[in-house]
Amino acid sequence: MTTFPEDSILVLLETTPSGTPARSAAGLLGAAAEVGTPVALIVAGPDGAADTAAAAGDLGAAYVLTAQPESVSSLLAVPTVDALAAAAGLVRPDAILISNSVDGRDAAGRFAARTRFALAVDAVGVGRDPEGIVAHHSVYGGAYSVDCAPTFGAPVITLREGAVDSRAEARTPQIESLDVPSSGIAAASIESFEARTVTSTRPELRGAVKVVAGGRGLTSQEQFALVDQLADVLGAAVGASRAAVDAGWVPNNYQIGQTGISVSPQLYVAIGVSGAIQHRAGMQTAKTIVAINKDPDAPIFEIADFGVVGDLFQVVPQLINSLSARKE
Amino acid sequence: MKIVVLMKEVPDTYGERKLNLETGLAERSDSEAVLDEIGERALELALSLAGSLDSPEITVVSMTPESATTTLRKALAMGADKLVHIADEKLVGADLGLTAEVLAAAIRRTGFDLVIAGNLSTDGQGGVIPAMLAELLGVPHASSLTSVEVSAERVHGTRETDGGIMEVAAALPAVISITERFPAGRFPNFKGIMAAKKKPVEKLTAADLEVDPEALDVPRSIMLAVSERPARSAGMKIVDEGDAGEKLAEFLIQNRLA
Repeated sequence: MTTFPEDSILVLLETTPSGTPARSAAGLLGAAAEVGTPVALIVAGPDGAADTAAAAGDLGAAYVLTAQPESVSSLLAVPTVDALAAAAGLVRPDAILISNSVDGRDAAGRFAARTRFALAVDAVGVGRDPEGIVAHHSVYGGAYSVDCAPTFGAPVITLREGAVDSRAEARTPQIESLDVPSSGIAAASIESFEARTVTSTRPELRGAVKVVAGGRGLTSQEQFALVDQLADVLGAAVGASRAAVDAGWVPNNYQIGQTGISVSPQLYVAIGVSGAIQHRAGMQTAKTIVAINKDPDAPIFEIADFGVVGDLFQVVPQLINSLSARKE
Repeated sequence: MKIVVLMKEVPDTYGERKLNLETGLAERSDSEAVLDEIGERALELALSLAGSLDSPEITVVSMTPESATTTLRKALAMGADKLVHIADEKLVGADLGLTAEVLAAAIRRTGFDLVIAGNLSTDGQGGVIPAMLAELLGVPHASSLTSVEVSAERVHGTRETDGGIMEVAAALPAVISITERFPAGRFPNFKGIMAAKKKPVEKLTAADLEVDPEALDVPRSIMLAVSERPARSAGMKIVDEGDAGEKLAEFLIQNRLA
């Protein structure tokens, strides 16, 4: 039987419906490798588990546990938590890292409640001090940094997707299959599942390196296409302020801000976004912020590295032309 | 049908929110306190379900400081039947584990067929309490629902995740969490406000619930350090004179951002 290193960090890897590691995997394993030896847990159906394990190794997993608990595709969260409990018992990790996604939070919440491990959510990084693993958080839209640790024992930490840039070196992992006893705890049943079809070649908003966001200043759904065009020239994801979402120009999952998605891209371009405090809370940790707005007093200019006071319907097309011309 | 709705008081996001740099706790006095909007949506859902259910009783359960009673009364004015307010100095700064234990004990004491919560609060943004409660209460849990149907024995809903959309169902009793897709809470009318004054408010402490906030045998998450990030300062601001788009392109290229 495998002995796991003293400094093991157990990582719950999410997989896509096709069985490959989800986008969150690289950051989770990167964070784990910074503070210990990454041990990946893959909970999925039997198809392609070996391929997934090898892919996890490419992302830095030193060990991979594969689990196929009963009813994993028909019951919500509980089978994954049963697998986590079995893995934690076997590995005795210094910390358990899970993606701060909807599914990740469900698993982390149930797992922490079951094991009574201390839980820290939405961390933007992890560290290690003499006492153990510390979670770094960014609070109130990045206005504060807070470090948390458990009084004792291993912490369960959910990691914000896209927050950790470091990547672990590829390895050939030691793969082991994990036996998962069912807890028999009542779970909701999954009656049907429809994978989100990727309709655009644009990067996803969460975790995107570049983001172009549009607001009220676009004035209509048709005009919002300007945001899409600029995003495509830059290879950026598209987001929106609440005003644009409420107006129905874009779907809810475009919303950036306090109630919506938080992003920390390298580049954030705000077009016709006034920069209300709730919007800023979701984007002010961006490395470079560019704003175009006709109102010289718009609060977005207070945090913009490059601000343009002007008519976005003049400035943005010129910007798009200028960028396209230079690309050719 | 006993419905429990979880609500809490949060600093208004329309104002500036502050953390105390010594305690790491929210400066409640610095920002106006309001009922969390997502909790109001959860209550609105409970109120809209009530009409089609057999002898519905809606209890709002909230763990929040003593001073929040006035804010919480709004829930009664909106139409909740009863308020269970857990207020205890010893619970100030409670971590997620302790919060879940206390809420689970209060919900068990109240009795429930369905617990409705928001998927994410606007302040802590933890989004894990509903799952923790389900585990502690030993019941099914369906999170991030965008539609909900409830019958006498079952809850059914549409759940949206990053990966896709699923239809889920669970036998009652169960815990569900809902997203912002649900309609905003109704405004209390005069009749509701008057009626709220006569509705029962139960005040509880951790001791009443037989939870020891100072127990040393359970690991708790504690804050080691808190610091305020330096405020972002404004950079260059130009007024368009017909060439701002080109200048901006230049800026992006120079900074290797295009």
